[in-house]
Amino acid sequence: MKHDALSSRKLQKNDNTLLNNLVVAAVILITMAILKSSKFFSFTNFQSMAYQLPQYGLMAFAMALAMISGGIDLSIVGMANLSSMIAALMMIKLANLIPNQNLIIYVIIISCLIAILIGLLCGLLNGLLISKIGIPPILATLGSMQLFSGVSIILSKGNAINRLPPLYAKIGNYALFNIVPLPLLIFILLALSVSFMLNKSAYGIKLYMVGSNTKAAKFSGLHVDKIIIQTYCLAGILSSVSGLIMMSRLNSAKSDYGQQYTLQCLLIAILGGVNPQGGHGNISNVMIAILIFQFLSSSINMFPYFSNFYKLLIWGIVLLGVMIWNKYSKSR
Amino acid sequence: MGKKRLGHEFYVFLAIVSLSLIIQARSGQFFTLNNIVDLMVSFIVPAIFAMCELIVIISGGMDVSFPAVASLSMFATTKILLSMNYTGNVFFAFLLSGSFGLIMGAINGALISIFNLPALIVTLGTQSIFMGILQGALNAQEIAEIPKVMFDFGNAKLFVATNPLNGLKSNMSSSILILFAVVIITYVFLHFTMWGRGVYAIGGDSNSAIRAGFKVKQIKFSIYCFVGIVAGIAGMTRVCMMQNCQPNNLIGMEMTVIAAVVLGGTSVKGGSGTIIGALLGTFLLTIISNSLLLLSIPTYWQSFFTGLIIIIGTGVTSFQLILSSHRLPSMRKSKNEA
Repeated sequence: MKHDALSSRKLQKNDNTLLNNLVVAAVILITMAILKSSKFFSFTNFQSMAYQLPQYGLMAFAMALAMISGGIDLSIVGMANLSSMIAALMMIKLANLIPNQNLIIYVIIISCLIAILIGLLCGLLNGLLISKIGIPPILATLGSMQLFSGVSIILSKGNAINRLPPLYAKIGNYALFNIVPLPLLIFILLALSVSFMLNKSAYGIKLYMVGSNTKAAKFSGLHVDKIIIQTYCLAGILSSVSGLIMMSRLNSAKSDYGQQYTLQCLLIAILGGVNPQGGHGNISNVMIAILIFQFLSSSINMFPYFSNFYKLLIWGIVLLGVMIWNKYSKSR
Repeated sequence: MGKKRLGHEFYVFLAIVSLSLIIQARSGQFFTLNNIVDLMVSFIVPAIFAMCELIVIISGGMDVSFPAVASLSMFATTKILLSMNYTGNVFFAFLLSGSFGLIMGAINGALISIFNLPALIVTLGTQSIFMGILQGALNAQEIAEIPKVMFDFGNAKLFVATNPLNGLKSNMSSSILILFAVVIITYVFLHFTMWGRGVYAIGGDSNSAIRAGFKVKQIKFSIYCFVGIVAGIAGMTRVCMMQNCQPNNLIGMEMTVIAAVVLGGTSVKGGSGTIIGALLGTFLLTIISNSLLLLSIPTYWQSFFTGLIIIIGTGVTSFQLILSSHRLPSMRKSKNEA
């Protein structure tokens, strides 16, 4: 379509987030090169970063999508835990049923597909509540977060679900050529497809239009409801994949894993230049923000006298600092 | 509009009555004196929080940092009073906690009003900072022994209710007087001062409020200061009532309080909301969390029910708005825009 030639890049021509973020990333890398060069720039460190990054990276994409549409999704972690919980329960149940242990790979595949379906349904619920019932996104997802984590608490009675088939953790920790972890591959694949959707597909351009001005989008004939529902479904799918990755990393599923990710994802999205009012932000910037976040997080871990709680403090300061910086750089 | 808001509170009231009748029918324990007193006691702290969140939401903002503010100020106050072996009036403890809250509220207010940043994201950030200070810098652990004045205040009771059937006793804590005071002060501020009209005006339409001559930045700043003070007092109340200081157990309360306030008919888009609605909403959620045991439902259902109530409660209000905008084409513009 000719219409699409007006790609999202045009909408954010005067956006210098990319440059800012590259500078920040460079500063962190240089600081670490001076302070802890041998420890930071080691293969093990980068590999452990590659293992940690995908789970919240996918959630950050989900958050960014919801924010581009002008909303917010607080239920990401709830969706991730619910879908991984259901996958875990199914795996254990089915693994006991099947006679031949060679079939266990199919059990895992089916369970994962069902988990993604659950993520889709959760996202659908969010989308319907927001578009058809008209609940403001923050409340709808606040309620559904309670609902989703409530369901996973009920399913597990609040306990962690352990004793997954060993093969599952093996798959999760598999690394291509012993270098590139499988979760990272999945992450890159999904990042590319989300980026493609936003920049090249009709859906993407419509999403930006809905986000920047819902009313104008409605009057120009877009099916706003449909786009919002699609967006939250996509967020649900991304969260459920991230839940599956989290489950393979921890080798268990629990209703309150990853509670801190909601704030982190919001921080990453804002760091990546996604406007909380909607309509702005792109995936490549969010991608760099994810990298910055991971660098920073791994750097903090290298100073043992920082307790883990200092991270909270630092995330908060970074979040506010970035918001204020964006405000000033925009008004100039 | 006035009629409509009244209607909403009536529905919440109806929900409370029917829920309590169901619980009574299932357990026979709901309308006993000691259960009512227990409910009131666990209602105190969420209701104080609801008052500050109410004002923020009316002004069109959203504050998720108040549990962190409360935790940090109550912990700091308890620590300070313990270190100086304080034996004076308990009033001083509340004053100190309130002032810590005020400082943190002022930080929120400054960020929100001066830099004009979205309140939700600012308070998410400051919440993280305050918790970081509390758990990282102060390395907060549970304080089992609180100063005697606070202990005595928490122990003080207005009366004791006894269940005639099983002899269970429940104390009506004097902390409920603090709740009364906070509610009255909030009521007076909201309804009898220019400041209160300003809060509603900013929530309705911030630009019009500027045109009408309200000093929007100052009012916004003072709203968050007020929230800080009230949160500090609520935290102190909590310590006195629990008889120990647990730095982490208020966390997560922000979501239920926001839900309670919105359930009571306060519009998240700002500009409308009543104290009685917020109190009824809080009471509804308190009943749910307190009565699962009476219904012999395992407590791990609580989160599920809370989520369900939030979705149904906000859904009913939002859906009514959509319906009314379909019914009245002339109103459509203003509703969609809001």
